[in-house]
Amino acid sequence: MINDASGATPRTFIVHVEDHPGVLNRVVSLFRRRACNIDSLAVGKSEQPGVSRITLVVRADPGAAARLVLHLYKIVDVLQVADVTAAKAVIRELVFVKVSAAMRGDLLQLCNVFRARVVDLCPASVTVEATGAQDKMDGLIEALRPFGILELVRTGAVAMTRGSQPASASALSVSASAEIDPPAYDHSSIQDEV
Amino acid sequence: MSLLAELEVTAKETRRRPTAVPVRRTGAQLLWEALVREGVTVVFGYPGGAIMPAYDAMPAYPIEHVLVRHEQGAAHMADGYARASGKVGVAIATSGPGATNLVTGIATAMLDSSPMVCITGQVSSTVLGTDAFQEVDTTGITLPITKHNYLVTRAADIPAVLREAFHVARSGRPGPVLVDITKDAQQATVDAPEPREPRQSRAPAARAGEAELDRAAALIDAAERPLIFAGHGIIKSEGTALLIEFAERTGIPVSQTLLGLGGFPATHPLSLGMMGMHGEAWVNNAIQGADLLVALGMRFDDRVTGKLDTYARGAKKIHAEIDASEIGKNVPVDVGLLGDVRETLQALMPRVKRRGRPAWLKHLAGLRGDTSVRDIVTLPHGEKLHAAHVIHDLWRLTRGEARVVTDVGQHQMWEAQYYKHDHPRKLITSGGLGTMGFALPAAIGAAKAFPDEQIWVVVGDGGFQMTACELATCAQEGVKINVAVINNGYLGMVRQWQELFYGGRYVATPLKSPDFVKLAEAHGLTGLRVERRDQVEAAFARAVADPGTVVIDFRVEQEDSVYPIVAPNADLRDMIRRPSPLVETSDDQ
Ligand SMILES: Cc1ncc(C[n+]2csc(CCOP(=O)(O)OP(=O)(O)O)c2C)c(N)n1
Repeated sequence: MINDASGATPRTFIVHVEDHPGVLNRVVSLFRRRACNIDSLAVGKSEQPGVSRITLVVRADPGAAARLVLHLYKIVDVLQVADVTAAKAVIRELVFVKVSAAMRGDLLQLCNVFRARVVDLCPASVTVEATGAQDKMDGLIEALRPFGILELVRTGAVAMTRGSQPASASALSVSASAEIDPPAYDHSSIQDEV
Repeated sequence: MSLLAELEVTAKETRRRPTAVPVRRTGAQLLWEALVREGVTVVFGYPGGAIMPAYDAMPAYPIEHVLVRHEQGAAHMADGYARASGKVGVAIATSGPGATNLVTGIATAMLDSSPMVCITGQVSSTVLGTDAFQEVDTTGITLPITKHNYLVTRAADIPAVLREAFHVARSGRPGPVLVDITKDAQQATVDAPEPREPRQSRAPAARAGEAELDRAAALIDAAERPLIFAGHGIIKSEGTALLIEFAERTGIPVSQTLLGLGGFPATHPLSLGMMGMHGEAWVNNAIQGADLLVALGMRFDDRVTGKLDTYARGAKKIHAEIDASEIGKNVPVDVGLLGDVRETLQALMPRVKRRGRPAWLKHLAGLRGDTSVRDIVTLPHGEKLHAAHVIHDLWRLTRGEARVVTDVGQHQMWEAQYYKHDHPRKLITSGGLGTMGFALPAAIGAAKAFPDEQIWVVVGDGGFQMTACELATCAQEGVKINVAVINNGYLGMVRQWQELFYGGRYVATPLKSPDFVKLAEAHGLTGLRVERRDQVEAAFARAVADPGTVVIDFRVEQEDSVYPIVAPNADLRDMIRRPSPLVETSDDQ
């Protein structure tokens, strides 16, 4: 399996696709079929009409990630793929956390530390909004846990490379050569069907 | 009104009036026009409610329709047609069960990169998604087993979609494409649009770079114990002639994968034969001792490599492949050469030195050593009829020139070992998916591509019964093929595994079959039975002389096994060899 536990780290892909029904299904289905877990997925319009932009965070080692890029290019509706994990990029996600309303003073202090905002205040609950890198958001959520989390939603990361170059320019090299490490296949799982 | 008459009228009207009138067409007519435009001359199909408008329009077009007995057969026929001819095969089915019956055939084509377009009817767009009668999510079901698929709900989209479907099926690494067309889209009448050009693949250019080619050439020049592997890609890229030139120039011997058989002539002095699980013993031993593998258009499948950790440890690897995601997938490579294999060979040719490798060839000849005394064809056989005898005689009597279509099982491996294929596309077999039931329908497809050729089906008694209904198609369509049923009374390959790996417990493998001679006769075809080796030649002669399809029931040794065999996930050197009365040690080397 591609997503071997060893060496698999979160990787961020930006995928531009034609905006047709079913295209997202094709992309997601590819990751399922190649036994690769999707950590997060965010889809929306891009600057070009008719083109959607998908940001995917998956767990994969570098070899498997390079192979996933090649598989993505085999989907007819896929226009461009970039693995921006190693690129200079801004990667953020939006989080809403609803906590019970006790200890409001502490809560507001905590929000300050994480640059989070209170967006809804009720007698029984407070809703906090925050934007940031995924590990920061993990930290915020952990810090909020003692307050009693009632509800939580995360958008999944969206990414944009820094500077004036578009995402594609910073993509990993996709030329097939020795540079691509073989993925960590689990050789023991090779099927033995007749 | 026939299409031609209609065109005539339109032409007249156009002449009468100065401004051109747009040509009105139904979706069904646009479908057939698109197929004609793509050069399609024959389709394999089965009608039903959701595809009836298309069938109704069909007779006006110069396309032959082969009525199958099961849609799986239609898909295999289209696949067989494609593998034999190199052109795109076309299968047609109705919605729901018609579409799901295609699935096995589509997956078979996908795993073996066979170019195919499947057209399925779908319920009308107005009821799509309501679980209407015979509605299934055909594009959803076939998503992972097609290169691409389309749901078409508007007649005007048909020309462009068909144009692109054929482009996708045959470009790059070929494969099956499915076009699902709703009934109302087939019925609607629209102004016939010109198809727009297909979208091109956005993947980075598939061409090996200069630096990589130079590195590959340096490795080849320096190697002392190199092997060339000829895969399916050699055949698909029509690279045989160049490969012969390349092997002769570099003096490197060639081994074939199952699907690469015929891609390099088996009787060429540099040909070693098949590699892998049932490959030749000397080939597997040679691989484990080689210092360089030059793999051309293959994918290092587990049936080829055995245990990956110990596979060809001493060899550097050059991998030429059109599908970038295959390079380095299973086996780490030293040089990857992305692109069409024939073009890669062309680019590589002037860079490599002309040289011989006598020491290496002598060593390999030595490895062949004990094999002839184990060879079943040369063993004393007495009264017994072995499957290998039948295949060997078939090869001898057809002078290796027949097109052979095999099913899946022991007989498939014996065919691969004993029928020496010297020409590409002359062996048609399901490698990747290993689909039993493939052979008979695939051979019908091949016969439609080459009606005047001698075509032989080699099939087990198990697999034959999976699609034997297509004998009726042979009878109705007047298709002439020769069917050699290798009847051992077992699901032989599974029985062999039970014998070797499951303590000899034959669970659910003994097979009671109908009388295949009578079965042929019931279809109005000729049936013959062969029980001794001295009957083989006469039976072949009678079959070939018969104008119709002939079924020969070969009653072979029941508990024979295919040797050598590398146990799944074992080192390639750990082969179980044929026990030989003439050899002391039975499973060494
Ligand atoms: C559709 C399908 N079902 C099951 C199998 C598993 N299988 C592989 S070989 C084999 C036995 C084939 O028996 P037969 O057709 O009699 O050929 P033989 O091996 O005896 O030559 C089976 C059941 C398969 N390959 N395909």
